[in-house]
Parts: sequence; C-alpha cells; structure tokens
Amino acid sequence: MTRIYVPRDSAALALGADALADAIAREAAQRGVAIELIRNGSRGLLWLEPLVEVATPRGRVGYANVDVTDVTSLFDAGFVDASFNGSAHSSHVGIVDEIPYLQKQQRLTFARIGITDPLSTDDYLAHGGLEGLKQALTADGDAACEALIESGLRGRGGAAFPAGIKWRTVRGAKAAQKYIICNADEGDSGTFSDRLIMESDPYVLIEGMIIAGIVTGATLGYVYVRSEYPHAIATLEAAITRARDAGWLGGGVLGSAHRFELQVAKGAGAYVCGEETALLESLEGKRGIVRAKPPVPALVGLFGQPTVINNVITLATVPIIFARGAAFYKDFGMGRSRGTLPFQLAGNIKQGGLVELAFGVTLRELIDDYGDGTASGRPARAVQVGGPLGTYLPESQWDIPLDYEAYAAVGAVVGHGGIVVHDDTSNLAELAQYAMHFCALESCGKCTPCRIGSTRGVEVIARIRNGDTSTRQVQLLRDLCDTMVSGSLCAMGGMTPYPVLSALDHFPEDFGLDAVQPNAAAA
Amino acid sequence: MKYKCILDFGGAPTLDDSNAIAPEQLVQRHALSGRSLLAVLHAIQDELGFVPPATVAPLARAMNLSRAEVHGVLTYYHHFRTRAAAPVTVQLCRAEACRSMGTEALAQHIEARTGCRFDAEPRHGEHAVVELESVYCLGQCALSPALTINGTLHAKLTPSKFDALLATEVKRVEETA
Repeated sequence: MTRIYVPRDSAALALGADALADAIAREAAQRGVAIELIRNGSRGLLWLEPLVEVATPRGRVGYANVDVTDVTSLFDAGFVDASFNGSAHSSHVGIVDEIPYLQKQQRLTFARIGITDPLSTDDYLAHGGLEGLKQALTADGDAACEALIESGLRGRGGAAFPAGIKWRTVRGAKAAQKYIICNADEGDSGTFSDRLIMESDPYVLIEGMIIAGIVTGATLGYVYVRSEYPHAIATLEAAITRARDAGWLGGGVLGSAHRFELQVAKGAGAYVCGEETALLESLEGKRGIVRAKPPVPALVGLFGQPTVINNVITLATVPIIFARGAAFYKDFGMGRSRGTLPFQLAGNIKQGGLVELAFGVTLRELIDDYGDGTASGRPARAVQVGGPLGTYLPESQWDIPLDYEAYAAVGAVVGHGGIVVHDDTSNLAELAQYAMHFCALESCGKCTPCRIGSTRGVEVIARIRNGDTSTRQVQLLRDLCDTMVSGSLCAMGGMTPYPVLSALDHFPEDFGLDAVQPNAAAA
Repeated sequence: MKYKCILDFGGAPTLDDSNAIAPEQLVQRHALSGRSLLAVLHAIQDELGFVPPATVAPLARAMNLSRAEVHGVLTYYHHFRTRAAAPVTVQLCRAEACRSMGTEALAQHIEARTGCRFDAEPRHGEHAVVELESVYCLGQCALSPALTINGTLHAKLTPSKFDALLATEVKRVEETA
C-alpha cells in the first residue's frame, strides 16, 4: 500500500488541500488502488503548496502546486507506483529531502515539520519526541536553568531576553501557583513560524511547556493563540487531548510526581495583546491594556503570580536543547545570538517559506539563494525585517549578518524573523503612513505618545505626501517619532517610528523629498 | 453582475432583536464559573455569530462586573461583533506582506465588484448581503494576498479568483435563503 501525504497545514488548506485529499482518495477508490492517505504538516516550502508526497524506497517524492484537476493525470502517470520516477509529470519536484531549499537549512526547532502527522503521538516519539522532557525529569531544576542560560537561547518573540534568566527568576519566586504562558499571538505581518509549529508539530510546543513547568515549579499553562488562527487552535486542542490521554500531561507527567495541565486561550483580534503584559490582561478576561513594568511578569504575572511568558518558538526550541545539550545548540550562531532562527520569507518573494538557519546569514543570501528573487520578477527594493515595527532596509544593508546586535547597531531589529520583500513599484511613504495608521488602529490607548502620536503621524505624513515637503513638516514628523520612541510604554508606540524613520531616511524620494535629509545623520 | 451592498435581505438574522435572542438564557448558558469574560464572549459569538448588546447587562450581573467593564471588553477587541455578519462576509488582509503583493489594488477591485466599501457600517434598519472587512495578517504571508470568505481561508488571490469565490458564495446564500 502506497503512502500519500497531503498537508493539513492552513497554507495548504488555503490553496485547496482538503478538496485535493478528497479527490485523491476518490480517484484511488475508483481505480481500486490501495493507498494510505496521511495528512502531514507543511514542510515550510510554502511556494510549492499544496505539496503532495508519495513514499517510495528512494525517499518521499514530491509533486508541487497540485490542483484537483491534476489528480487524474497523476494517477494516469502512475504516481502511486513506488517504481515510478515521477519526472514524467510536470508537477514533479523530485525527492523532497533533496530540494536544496530544504537540504541547506539547519532545522533544529522545525526538525519534524511536514515529515510527521502532526497529531500522531507515535510519529512524534518515532522522531525523537519527549527526549528533552525525559532529560528534564531527571535533571536538577537549578542546573536546568543554568543549562538554558548556557545554551544562549533568547526570546524568539522579538525582545531577545535570555530565556534561562526568566526561568530562573520564576523558579526562585515563592508562590502557591505559578504559570507557564505561551505567547502565540503572532500578529506581525510577514511571520508564520508560530503558526507552522502549532499546526505542523504541536507536540514540540507542548513538550517545551511541560519542561518549563517542571523546571520552574509551575503546574498550569496557557497557550494564548490569536483568533485569526482557527486551524492552529483546533490542532493544538486536539494535540493537548491526545497528550493528556498518553499521560504526558495531567497528574503524573510520564509517570513522575510532576503535575502539569495545559489549556488553549483564544485571543480576539488585538495586535497589542502580543505584548506580554497586555496578553496577561487579556488572559484575565480584561481589555488588553499594557501594564507598566516593573514589576516583571516573572514575579508578578498572571493573576499576580510568578509567570513564565515565552513565545512559541522559544518554548518549541527548549526540547532539543534538553535532548542534545546546551553545547550542541550554542554551537550554532554568532556573537551573542546563539542557535538558529526560523526566518520567514514573505511578501513579494518567488520562493516564500520557512528557512531555519543559524544566526549570521544575510538578507541577500536569504532573498537570492532561498527566495530566488521577487515574485513579480522586478528588482527587490526594500525589505522589512521583524514585522510591522521593524525597519525597512535598503539594498546597501542587505549584507549585514542577521544577528541581534549587528542589526541593533544600524537601528534595525531581527524581531521574530519575519522578512517582507517589496519590489521597485513600492512606495515607502505610503508604507510609512500605513505603519502609523496601523498603530492608531491597534494602540491600546494607555499612553499618550502612542494613542495620539499615531493619528498625528498619519496626518503629517499625509501632508508631506500631498506636497508640503517643507523642512517644518519633516521636522515635525521627526520630533513626533522621537516622542513616540522615548515616551511610549511598550514597543507598539515605541517602535512604530522604526519603519517610518527608515523609510524617510533611506527612501526620501518617495516622500517627494531631496535625497539628503538635514537630520538623517542624527536620526 | 453587480452585488448590491445594502439591501433588505429576507434570510438574514435581525440586528439585535432581544426577544428572539433571549439574552438572559444566552448568558446563563455560557457564563460558566471559571470562564473569563473573554471566553464567555467567544462562546456567545460562536453560538450566535455575534454578541448582542442586550447581553451586556445580564453578563455584568452574572460575572460581578460593571456594565462599563463588559462593554469595554466587548468593544475593545476587533474580533467581537455586536451585530450579525452579512451572509457573505469577506475579510481581506491589508498588512505589509499582502500590500507588497497588491492587496490594495485587489481591495479596489473587490469594492468595485461588490459595490460595497471596506469597513462601512450598514445604515440603520438595512441588512448587507456582502460585507467587506479589513484584517491585519492571516498568517499566509508567503502566499499573499490572502482573505477569508465566510471564514474559509484562501491565498494567492487574484481578481478573477475572487470573482469566482464571490459568485460561489452568493449562489450558496441565495439557495439557502
């Protein structure tokens, strides 16, 4: 019986994977061909979706961008026959593991995606699952925190705070109830790595959270998922139920004396809830309004209790660190940016998808070698790295290694690793105005620079775009950005000026301004 | 073929007919102990498609909150709606990745095709057949532009692909009405 894989990840679903899976099953039944249809996760090679794979003795053979109308011709060509080499069909892309885009990657956190059935606990165990948890159950908690610090793992949500220090703080806090919270409010445009983990390998996130609970002494965890991700929510909920049935969650984790329970909480469409203190408020059922820090959530978090709050990727990376050791993970990367980051190639890019690599790779390598240029075929012009609050980088900055410190040195952010490419038809003044507009829409309203500054920002950029390019207007915009950067309570208002000022500094012609800005050097 | 945006549509639920909705029973059914207000609002909207304003007072009583707190949460989050969605609801991503792939031009096409405006409030007493909403990121940034139509996700949208999706949905609605 031939195994055929059709992904169930929402990227594949958005391109008709459900109808495709039905058509394949129907066609096989009609022809009397015995197949085993597996709904795997996505490989992250998103430009190939829906990517159908057929298991053969030589490895899994891929057929890309398959449409329902291709099914008959695939069967006619004999694609279920293990001896069929596939190359006769136009959608054939060869052995999937040998596709250079995938083969050249350093998949640590994403080692299993697309290979396994995301909900199969057997698949998870067969591919190295729970090795990290088993190590954590035998390890001393203090030593485990030190190992995590030693690994160099920093918060992958964007703030890049050392995860082990956060854990040590929570472990050291005295409280009757501590919490582990996974921030899965992945609202940044250009990012989808959290979604891929939740939809394609949910157990690795669950395992990471259990380890966090055991190490810090927390017994209850929440995954706060944005409501725009219904497929991720459904997959996680199903995975949690199965993990509980398998004895991974609940009263005795893997037969130990440790207790850990996990629940999914659904967001409700507020971007600012990706900010950790707004997320805590939201999880408590309130409006997602940012809290002032200190106190930090590690000491006064959910319902006032000590709380670990980490991004999906941070928590999903914990199992491999515990399984393979801090030294193994630390060996990847550069400078103070250790390990790998799942870069997400998005926007106007020919080969968009997930590229997990050690820190230190450059934008040019990612865009040219992996992305194969723009989708439109026109020259790339500006690249926004790190989501809507990240700077726009002009071509002169595309050779800077992707490393937290190297990016910070030029006023840019690596953030969550989202990379959005814009071609030479883009208008950076329009994108700058949009950045302010988005901030106005999503500001929680607590602090004035963000609440009012964003609206004033939209207005002043509109005036410049309408032809008032006087120094007075430009200075006003720069002053406003300065106030927002220095006076906002969180990154929403504090970083919205990043895309705005980088657009102004590097692409002044889009604002109708001369190339040399009087204050560009100071900004 | 043009789709009128605002017209009386026999099959659509009423905006906030308190008698038909029975807010007290709704609240009783969903305001379970241990659930946060956010979770209760989700449960109500999952059942009804929206959260009627008439549930604010009973919710406040049931959860020992002020009406201002309940109203504040209900209106803070973009996901919650206080009136029924139109029978054909389109949510188009307007964020950066989709912008880089022409979502703004697509938005213009969609407005021209449907005769509706994005994020427009229907006039009182009128029910929209088609409703257009801007959203910011559906997580399909490598396959832009993306949208949902009645909750179903679609990626790599083009004007002609949109037209076909719209025609299918409108036909389905007309058949079930």
